[in-house]
Amino acid sequence: MKLLHHIGAYFIMLRLVFIKPTKGKVMRKLIFQDVQDLIIGSLGIVGFLSFFVGGVVSIQTALNIESPLIPKNLVGFATRQSVILEFAPTFMSIILAGKVGSFITSSIGTMRVTEQIDALEVMGINSVNYLVFPKIISMLLLPLVINISMFLGILGGYAATLYGGFSSSADFIEGIQMDFKPFHVAYAFIKTLIFALILATIPSYHGYYMKGGALEVGKAATVAFVWTSVVIIVLNYIITQLLLA
Amino acid sequence: MIELRDITKSFDGVEVLKGICMTFEPGKTNLIIGQSGSGKTVLLKCLLGLHQPDGGTMHFNHQAFGEMNEDERRTLRREMGMVFQSSALFDSMTVLENVMFPMQMLTKQSETAMRKAAEEVIERVNLVDANHKLPAELSGGMQKRVAIARAVVMKPKYLFCDEPNSGLDPQTAIVIDNLIREITQENNITTVINSHDMNSVMEIGDTILFLKNGVKAWEGSKELIFKTDNEVINDFVYSSNLMKKVKEVYQ
Repeated sequence: MKLLHHIGAYFIMLRLVFIKPTKGKVMRKLIFQDVQDLIIGSLGIVGFLSFFVGGVVSIQTALNIESPLIPKNLVGFATRQSVILEFAPTFMSIILAGKVGSFITSSIGTMRVTEQIDALEVMGINSVNYLVFPKIISMLLLPLVINISMFLGILGGYAATLYGGFSSSADFIEGIQMDFKPFHVAYAFIKTLIFALILATIPSYHGYYMKGGALEVGKAATVAFVWTSVVIIVLNYIITQLLLA
Repeated sequence: MIELRDITKSFDGVEVLKGICMTFEPGKTNLIIGQSGSGKTVLLKCLLGLHQPDGGTMHFNHQAFGEMNEDERRTLRREMGMVFQSSALFDSMTVLENVMFPMQMLTKQSETAMRKAAEEVIERVNLVDANHKLPAELSGGMQKRVAIARAVVMKPKYLFCDEPNSGLDPQTAIVIDNLIREITQENNITTVINSHDMNSVMEIGDTILFLKNGVKAWEGSKELIFKTDNEVINDFVYSSNLMKKVKEVYQ
């Protein structure tokens, strides 16, 4: 019953995001600020994780190839497929649920605790639009982040393969070009866009409707992370079934 | 002028406000006093439109709030200023930006006009040197003054203050009280203040509404509060030794 209440309240919040919009000039400034905080601020951790996880994927693939009949270009092929299909869009989105999601929940939650949201409401401002809309718009740039993640993941795999001597440069490059389906990239971007909306809105919901004090802000951030991750995992299954099966 | 008739409000079946009737007049500082949990903040939030009363009517300058459409309510909200207990300043904005914020959001004035209006109000609350400081760099009293500046920059008809001097030392509290009273009188604003500070009551209580357990237990002024025989308000007013001494001297 409580879950149904939260689902209902979440969709009511989504409706409020798009009514009574904030003045364009103010909104532009908010969007740029959120792009800085949510997107540009995430590039470092995304790049770092992508490079090393891409490397680990290629090492593990190479170490598990025991049969001499399996071509060495499989390392590049497997790295590309893992990174493009799952690692970059899904794994990175879950990492960002922790980083970006907790930032969103705690910043909005703190505004709730310190009555700043009440102050917006008293002024006759649609606080949901003011706070959540710029986050949704800025998170629409998430595919760019995931694009960088894909590139660095494959680059990390390439570096690890060459450094570890698991296959030659030519084999790896042949592998990443082999049987390439552009739709796989489109699929990754489609689900990234959906995850971006989830990443912007579920943490916002938990921050906006939180009650209590500073301790509850922390709890709300944790709950937001759990629910964002759960929803991303479930949607990942549904989208994959719909687009690839 | 704000007129309240039989305002009731419940949360989860618990009646928090029980038939409150009151008139708050313009140019006066109207105080709502009472113990914690007596319903002061709920009543203030009803006045602000943050809570919807379950019953009764609220008239703002003879216009019934319940009969207003969404546009009229929005217009009314723009005529309201609010000073929150925690000041509720926007952390990421400087003092000047905080004060300019309502104008940026709600008016089409030029940047220069907004800056000029904001600087005038900041000067009125004696904070000129703090223009470019962030709220975190200000003392509690200065934050309250910024909150007052932000609340009055749009020249509101109604000013609401939720415990404006809580957490302040007695001297600063008096400065804040006097500032609110002066601004109220200068601009003929209908000001409603939530407080349980007896110093404020004695300093600026033109009209006082005393709530106990959600019921209006007494109504009067700072002059009448020492003369009343009402036991409920006397228990509240003379709960401290200091006030008992004051009563002895007064009598």
